[in-house]
Amino acid sequence: MANDPIHQFQIHDLTGSFNLGGYEISFTNSALFMGAIVAVITGFFWLASRKAELVPGRVQSVGEMWYGMIDNMVNNVLGHDGKKFFPLVFSLFSFVLVANMLGMFPYFFTVTSHVIVTASLALFVILLVVVVGIYKHGLGWFKLFVPSGVPLAILPFISLIEIISFLSRPISLGLRLFGNMLAGHIVLKVFAGFVVSLGTLGGLGILGAIAPLAMAVALTALEFLVAFLQAFVFAILTCVYLNDALHTHH
Amino acid sequence: MDPAAAKLIGAGIACIGMGGAGIGVGHIFGNYLAGALRNPAAAGAQFTNALIGAALAEGLGIFSLVVALLLLFVA
Repeated sequence: MANDPIHQFQIHDLTGSFNLGGYEISFTNSALFMGAIVAVITGFFWLASRKAELVPGRVQSVGEMWYGMIDNMVNNVLGHDGKKFFPLVFSLFSFVLVANMLGMFPYFFTVTSHVIVTASLALFVILLVVVVGIYKHGLGWFKLFVPSGVPLAILPFISLIEIISFLSRPISLGLRLFGNMLAGHIVLKVFAGFVVSLGTLGGLGILGAIAPLAMAVALTALEFLVAFLQAFVFAILTCVYLNDALHTHH
Repeated sequence: MDPAAAKLIGAGIACIGMGGAGIGVGHIFGNYLAGALRNPAAAGAQFTNALIGAALAEGLGIFSLVVALLLLFVA
């Protein structure tokens, strides 16, 4: 197919691979963009905090807004003792946000459109929730799966449902980000493909190609919203899940 | 039926599930807006809750998309 919407997700080997203990190690475009993401975040915050002023300039106020938004969210969801987790949530949010935003540039690779990346992040979050929960509450943390005030007859079923809902969290957390980015980018490229295939018809086709072009522009705007929203949702769900580990209400 | 055709039809049917997620997200934001217009002072504090609800509802729609993609490219 000439306009293959899946082509953009292919991982290329950039330098040539070598073998390390039976595993193929190579520097891919995915790794390159992960490095670029870290460089962009580090560079931006270096620039924003380079000369801190009482009346912030443009870069500094964006940096302060970025920091303040996550700080506010962690305080609202996790409360006072969630302050320790601020660096984690902030790093996760920044990484996902910059990955999504860099992916919006034409011909750039979207790191978060690969399920291995998002599933690793989600699995890390859930394992952290389990470790922090057991560290804080000992084995009493498992009372999370046994809600109080439930009649004894239906308690086994409720516990089963609670366990299943807990186990589905890493899956849904990882797949939500992956699915949103993948679907958004496929839709963008499909509409761009319509423009090309209508345009090759000539005459009336070029006139008709205006409609999918306008749609592609509108969808690009929507994708910027989705890119921010999914990073925010990933961060806030991390906070909500960590809240289960820190404060067991049951 | 040709297996390849059945696969494509199955992927199309799986995508119907995304309509349910659309109904759910619309319901959440519609009700959020209705509540926000009744009491605008309390709206700001509840916006993150609306986003959490929308994300959870949307996640289920994404599952059906993943099933469709699995049918198309993996199965």
